[in-house]
Amino acid sequence: MSAPPLLAPLATGEPKNEATRNAYGNALLELGEANPEIVVLDADLSGSTKTKAFSKAYPKRFFNMGVAEANMIGVAAGLASQGLTAFASSFAMFATGKAYEQIRQSVCVPNLNVKVCATHAGLTVGEDGKSHQMLEDVTLMRVIPNMKVMVPADAVEARQCIHAAAKIEGPVYVRLSRASTPIVFADSYEFVFGKAALLREGTDLAIIAMGVTVAPAMEAAEALAREGIQARVLNMSTIKPLDVEAITRAASDCGAILTVEEHQENGGLGDAVAQAVVLNHPVPMKMCAMHDQFGQSGTGDELLAHYGLHAAGITASAKELMKRKGA
Amino acid sequence: MALTQEQRESVQAAALQTRIDTIRMVHAAECGHPGGPLGMADFMATLFMRHLDLTPENRHAANRDRFILGNGHTCAGYYSLLSQKGLIPREMLLTFRKMGSLLQGHPHLNHDLGIDFSTGSLGNSLSAALGMALAAKHNGWDARVYSASSDGESQEGQIWEAATAAAHYGASNLTVLVDFNNVQIDGYMRDVMNVRDLREKYEAFGWHAVDVDGHDVDAIDAALVAAREETERPSALICKTLIGKGVSFMENQPGWHGVAPNDEQATTALLELGVSADEVMGMIAADK
Repeated sequence: MSAPPLLAPLATGEPKNEATRNAYGNALLELGEANPEIVVLDADLSGSTKTKAFSKAYPKRFFNMGVAEANMIGVAAGLASQGLTAFASSFAMFATGKAYEQIRQSVCVPNLNVKVCATHAGLTVGEDGKSHQMLEDVTLMRVIPNMKVMVPADAVEARQCIHAAAKIEGPVYVRLSRASTPIVFADSYEFVFGKAALLREGTDLAIIAMGVTVAPAMEAAEALAREGIQARVLNMSTIKPLDVEAITRAASDCGAILTVEEHQENGGLGDAVAQAVVLNHPVPMKMCAMHDQFGQSGTGDELLAHYGLHAAGITASAKELMKRKGA
Repeated sequence: MALTQEQRESVQAAALQTRIDTIRMVHAAECGHPGGPLGMADFMATLFMRHLDLTPENRHAANRDRFILGNGHTCAGYYSLLSQKGLIPREMLLTFRKMGSLLQGHPHLNHDLGIDFSTGSLGNSLSAALGMALAAKHNGWDARVYSASSDGESQEGQIWEAATAAAHYGASNLTVLVDFNNVQIDGYMRDVMNVRDLREKYEAFGWHAVDVDGHDVDAIDAALVAAREETERPSALICKTLIGKGVSFMENQPGWHGVAPNDEQATTALLELGVSADEVMGMIAADK
C-alpha cells in the first residue's frame, strides 16, 4: 500500500531531521512580520525555545520575564486582555507545571489570546532526565475549558500549527520537542486544525499517534505490513478538540486501536481516544505510553526504545493487540 | 493639592455608599466577604471617583485606564463603585453571588460592566496588571493601570515575581494599592505569616512606595497624584486600614473576613452607617 502524497519521500535517500522547536522559531518570525499585534514572552530560555530570533527581529515586542513562569503567563494574559496576541514559551515542564494555575485562572477563565508554546516536552529531552521530561502536559492542558491543544508530528506540521494558533481566538497549547526528529510530511501537506491526518490506509488495526512518535508509528506500520498486517495510521495532532469522527471510523473499520505517545497514558492521547472509543464504538485498545512512571537520563532514542515507543516496541504492541482482537 | 471640601465630601459619600451596598449585598447573598470592602472603601472610592478614567461612554475604548481587583473576594465594594460610576445597574447589585448573576462571587472579565480582568485566586493580579501596563506602553497610550492587592495576597510568591518584572520594565503607568489591615482568614497577619514592612519591600524591589492612612481620602488622593507623576518606577500605596471600618462590631475582627451578617446584624450595621431606621427596615425586607 503506497503512502498518500502528503508524506515526505522517506524511501528516497536519507530522511531529513528537524526539531519542531526550530519550526516554532521560524513561524514566529513569519507571524511577527505579518502581524504587529503578535508579542512573545520567554522565561530565560529563548535560545532553547527558539524565540530568540523573534527577540532580535522585534525587540519591542519581546518580553524576557526571567526565571518566573507564573508571572510570565500572567503578564501574557494582561497583554492579551488589551488586544495583543501573546505567545509565551518555556520548557513544557515549567510552562504547564509551574504556571498551571495561571493558565487556568488568568488565561482560560477569561478566554484570552495567549498561546502557550512549550518546548522540550516528553522523553526526547533526553539526558536532562526526569526533572525536565514533562510527561503530563497534555493531560493538564486538555482538561481546562477554553484551551485548545496541538501536538505537531514534525517541523513541517509545527510551522502550520503555530500559524493556526495565531488565528484561533482564545487560549492554545502547542507541545514542541527539543530533539531533531524525522520529517514526516511533504511541504505540500496542509494541516487542518481539529482533524486527524490519515497517513496510511489499513483495516486490520488503527495506530493513532501524536508528536515525535508518529514517525516510529509509521515505521511500525511498514514492518507490520511485511507480516501481512495492514495498519491504518492516524496523526492526531489536534488533541483538543479531538477528531472523534476519525476515531469512531477507525474503530468501526479496524476493530482495534493502538495509541502512541511520549506522554503518560493517564489523561494523554490514549485516554482521550479511549473516551471517544468507549462512548462511540467500543473496540479493544492498547496504549504505547508512559504507564504512571517517570523517565530517566539517556538519549532520546534510547529512552523511546526502553519504554517501547520506538518502531519495534510499537510493532510488538500492535501484534499483542491483534491477538486480543481475535484475528 | 488638597481636596476642596466639596471634593472630599463627594469621595466620602461614595465610600459610605460602598459600605452600605456591601452590607446589603452580602446580607442578601447570605454569604460573602464584608470586612475587606468596608476597610478598603475610602481608598477605593478615592481611586474610582477621582482617578480611574472609566465611564459608561469609554468602557469599550482600548486606551482607557484599567483596574484589577487582586483580592477578588472583596468585590462587593468593587461592584458598588462600578454601579456608582454607572457601569453596573443598581438593581443588579442584589443579585450578587446568586445563580445566573453577572456579579460572580469573584470578578469575571466583562467589559460591559467595566470589569477588566478575572480574579479570585490570590497572587495572580499584579502580573496581569503589569501585562496591561506593558500593553499600554507598547501601544503608546497614556492610560494608567491600577490594581488593588492586600497584605494577605503579598504572601504569594507570584506578587514578587511581578514586582521584580514591573520595576525591570519601568512600568511607571502601574499603581498598586495594597490593603494592609493586618487580618487574614486564619487570624491576624502577624500571627499567621508576617509580611513585615511592605513599603520597604516594594522600595527594595525598585518601586516608588509610600505608606498611607487608608481612611484619609486627602492623603490617598495626594499619593495617587504623586504616583501619576512618576516617570520611571511603578508605584505602591501601602494603605493602612481597619478591616470592617464603619461597623463597630466588624472592626479589626478576622471573623468578619468572610461571614455574612444576619438580619439583626445587618440592621445594626446599616444604622451605624447612618441609614435611617425606616430606610433600614425597607432595605432588610428588599434584600430578601
